[in-house]
Amino acid sequence: MTSTGHRGAVHPGAWWLWALSLGTAATRTTNPLLLALLISASAYVVATHRAPTPLARSYAAFARLALAVLLVRLLFAVALGSPIPGTHTLFTLPEVPLPHWAQGIRLGGKVTAEALVFAAYDGLKLATLLICVGAANALAAPGRLLKSLPGALYETGVAVVVALTFAPHLVADVQRLRAARRLRGRPDRGLRGLLQVGLPVLEGALERSVALAAAMEARGYGRAAEVPARVRRTTAALTLGGLLGVCAGTYGLLTAEGGTYGLPVLLAGVAAALAGLRLGGRRSLRTRYRPDPWDARAWLVAGSGAAVAALLTLAADRDPEALHPGVVPLVAPALPLWPAAAVLLSLLPALAVPKDPEEPS
Amino acid sequence: MIRFEDVAVVYDGAAEPCVQGVGFEVPEGELVLLVGPSGVGKSTVLGAVSGLVPHFTGGTLRGRVTVAGRDTRTHKPRELADVVGTVGQDPLAHFVTDTVEDELAYGMESLGLAPEVMRRRVEETLDLLGLAGLRDRPIATLSGGQRQRVAIGSVLTPHPRVLVLDEPTSALDPAAAEEVLAVLQRLVYDLGTTILMAEHRLERVVHYADRVVLLPAPGEAAIVGTPAEVMAVSPVYPPVVALGRLAGWTPLPLTVRDARRRAGDLRERLAAGAANSDTAVAAELPRRQPHLGRGPAPRRSLFRRRSSTTPQPLPRTVAEIQTLSVRRDRVTALRHVDLTVAPGETVALMGRNGAGKSTLLGSLVGLLAPTTGSVTVCGVTPHRTAPPDLVRRVGLVPQEPRDLLYADTVGDECAAADRDARAEPGTCRALVSELLPGITDDTHPRDLSEGQCLALALAVVLTGRPPLLLLDEPTRGLDYAAKARLVTVLRGLAAEGHAIVLATHDVELAAEIAHRVVLLAEGEVIADGPTAQIVVSSPSFAPQVTKILAPQRWLTVSEVREALA
Repeated sequence: MTSTGHRGAVHPGAWWLWALSLGTAATRTTNPLLLALLISASAYVVATHRAPTPLARSYAAFARLALAVLLVRLLFAVALGSPIPGTHTLFTLPEVPLPHWAQGIRLGGKVTAEALVFAAYDGLKLATLLICVGAANALAAPGRLLKSLPGALYETGVAVVVALTFAPHLVADVQRLRAARRLRGRPDRGLRGLLQVGLPVLEGALERSVALAAAMEARGYGRAAEVPARVRRTTAALTLGGLLGVCAGTYGLLTAEGGTYGLPVLLAGVAAALAGLRLGGRRSLRTRYRPDPWDARAWLVAGSGAAVAALLTLAADRDPEALHPGVVPLVAPALPLWPAAAVLLSLLPALAVPKDPEEPS
Repeated sequence: MIRFEDVAVVYDGAAEPCVQGVGFEVPEGELVLLVGPSGVGKSTVLGAVSGLVPHFTGGTLRGRVTVAGRDTRTHKPRELADVVGTVGQDPLAHFVTDTVEDELAYGMESLGLAPEVMRRRVEETLDLLGLAGLRDRPIATLSGGQRQRVAIGSVLTPHPRVLVLDEPTSALDPAAAEEVLAVLQRLVYDLGTTILMAEHRLERVVHYADRVVLLPAPGEAAIVGTPAEVMAVSPVYPPVVALGRLAGWTPLPLTVRDARRRAGDLRERLAAGAANSDTAVAAELPRRQPHLGRGPAPRRSLFRRRSSTTPQPLPRTVAEIQTLSVRRDRVTALRHVDLTVAPGETVALMGRNGAGKSTLLGSLVGLLAPTTGSVTVCGVTPHRTAPPDLVRRVGLVPQEPRDLLYADTVGDECAAADRDARAEPGTCRALVSELLPGITDDTHPRDLSEGQCLALALAVVLTGRPPLLLLDEPTRGLDYAAKARLVTVLRGLAAEGHAIVLATHDVELAAEIAHRVVLLAEGEVIADGPTAQIVVSSPSFAPQVTKILAPQRWLTVSEVREALA
C-alpha cells in the first residue's frame, strides 16, 4: 500500500474529470467507430480499475440505460419519422392521418435507411455520454468525491451522501415488503402490489432516517466551533455578495450590452463567494481522515481525459467530415487516424495507474 | 462515571411516565448490565446517558443524569460525543459512511481530531476488534457479528470513557456473540472503559457484569446489586439461574463452571431418580418424539379446527426438499440440501448468520425459486403456487413480524387476514384472543411490544391453518416471559399436528421445543438428528442445562423439574 493515498487510489476528482472529458469528447462526434472506441476505452479502464464498492456495479446499469436510450431513439425515428430526406426506403408503416392542427407531426409512414442511420448515430452519442457518467460512478463513488468538498459545504455533502445510500435501502425494503405481501396470500406482482407497499416503505424510510439522525447526533455531527460575530457577519456578506456578483456577471456576459462589465463582475463574485466559503469553514471543527491527495497520477488521469476532449474538439473544428460521417448520401464511416489516436490517449490511466492494490481477490 | 439521580421520563402524549425513580451510579471501569422485562424502559435509560433522551426523542426528563461530570440537561448529545459512545439495537441504522475504515474515522472527524491521531487510532481499533482484514470492505457486505464489531469500533475511536450498548448480541449467533463479548471484556479489563448495556440474552452476558441494574416492572424503582443478588429476585433470569433456584443453591451460580461445581449432588439425585422410576436417561429420546401421523388432537385443542375444512388423511410428510441448491446474487446460499418434515414435528434450523437458514425458509414458502432440486409442500411446488392458495399450506412469520402487518388497528388486521386466507370472518380474531388476551380491536399494531407483534403476526399466519408453519428468529427481542408463552403456543400447535420449522440462534428455545435440530454451515446440512443428540455433542449449541449436567442428557430446566418432582 502506498503511504500517501487513501487506499492508494487516485483522487476521485481526477476520475470524474477524466470520465466527463471523455463524455465531452463524445459530444463532438457522431462517428460510430470513434464512439465505439471511446466506449471500449472507458470500459477497459473501468474493468481494470473500478473500486470494490457496491456502487461500482452501477456501471452495468448505466450500460443498460444507454442501450435503452439508443433503442428509444431508433423507435422514435421509426414511429415519428425523421426530417432526414432519404431515398433508400426500408419499409413503409401505415400512416395515421392526423388533424390539420397537428401539422408537422407524422405517425408512421416511410422509414428510410438514412433516417435510421442518423438516429443510430445520434443515439449512440447520447449512449456514450451516459456510459462515461457510469464509468465515473464505477471508478470513484460520488460519496468519495463529496468528501473533498470545502468544510463549509461539508454538512450539505453528508446530506447528499446519506440520500445516496438510502436508495439501495429503499429497494431492499420494497423487496422485503413485497415478499411479506406474498406471505399474506396477496398477489405480489403488478402495480397494485407495488402501490400498497408504498406507505409501509415510506414509514420504514422515515424511521431509518430518524434512527440515523440520532446516531449521527450522538457521534458528534454538527459540533461547531465558537466563531466571533464579526467573522460570521463577514462570511454572510461575502457569500451573499459573491453569489449576487456571479448572477449579475453571468447576466452581463449573456446580454449584448453587458460585454464590458460582465466578466470582471463574474470573477469578483466568484472570488467573494470562495472567500466566504473558506471563512465559513472556520466554523466547522471537522478534520479529514486520510484525504485523497492530488498527486502526479491524478494529474495524469485528469490530463489524459482533458487531452482527449481538447483534441477531439480541435478535430471537429478542422475536419468535420471525418467526425460527422454523412448520411445523405449514405456512406460507410471511416476511422479518422488522428482522432482515433487521440481517443486512445484515454487508456493512459489503465497503464500508468497501478491496479487497486487492496482489491480483495 | 454515570450517575442517575431519581430520574423519571415522560414522553409527550403518554399518561404514565416511561421510567421513574431510577437512581444508580456506575463507577469508572465497571461493566454494568441493565436488565428487566420488555417494555420497562431499558432503551430509555440507555438513551438518557447519551442525552438522546430527551434532547432528540422529546419528552420530559425529571431528576438529573450526569456523565463524567457533565449534566445531560445542559449538554446536547453532540457535546457528549467525546465521552459517551452509543450503539443502538440495529447497527445498520448507525452507519453513516459505506466502508469500514471511513466508519471508524467518522466520529473522530466530527470531533476534529488531528489527522495523525485519527490514523493511529483507526489502526489500533482495527487490531483491537480484529477488523484489520475488513478495513476496505463495504459495510453492506459484512456479517451480523462483523457489523456489530464495526459499530462498537466506530464509537470507540474517539476514546469515549463510557460505552452504552443496547442489545449488542441479540441478533447474533452464539459464536459471533462470543466475539463481541470478548471485545467488551478487553475494553473493560485493558482500557478501563465503563460499559452500560442492556441485553435480553442473559445467559450470554450476566457473568461478565460487575453489577446489575434491574428495572422490575414499568414505573417501578430500579434495584441495583451484584449479579448474584439481583438474579435471586429478578423476574428475568437465564437457565443457569433457574436451575440454581430450583436446586436451592446460594449464592446463585452465574456461570456454567460455578454451577457444575455445585451440581454433583443434583446429578446424583437425577441419576438415582432416573434409575428408580425406570425413565432412564436413554429414555430421553423416545419421550421427545413428535406425535407422528397423529391428526389434530382429540382433546380440547388450543386452536380448534374449523368445521368447514374437509377432513383429509394426513400425509406422511408435510414438506420434502430434494437436493435443493439456491443461488442468490452470485452466491450459493444452499447446496444440495435434503430435508423432510413430518406432521407434528418441530425442527430447529441452526447455524451461523448467513449459513442459509432464512434462504431455506424462503424456499419452503416459495419466496425463492430453487436453482436446482425440488421443494414440495403439501403436494405443491411453493414458488409456482399462487399466494392465496399457498397461505393455506404454509405460513412464514418473518424475522421482522411487523412486515406482515399493514392495517391501522388490530381489528382491521384480523378482518384482512380472514379475507386473505378465505377463512370464516372472526377466525383470526379468535386466534388473537387466545394468543394475546387483553388486546382490544382498536389498538394500533405499532403500539404493540415485540412479543405482542410476534403473536399478532403468528395469528395472522395461522388464520389460513397451514399444516406447515415457519418462523424466522422468533425470539429476537423477546424477554423470558414472552419466550415462555411462545413455547407454550408452539408446543400446542405441534401437538395438534402442525409441522413447525424455526430458524433460530437461541439454543435454549431449540432445546425447549425442537424434536429435531438441523445444523447448517455454508449452505450445507452438516448435522440432522434428534435435538438431544445434536446439541449435546456441540459446544456452541448446547444449552446451559446440558453443559451443567453433562454427561447426563438434560436439555431444559423444566425437564429437570419434572424429574425431581
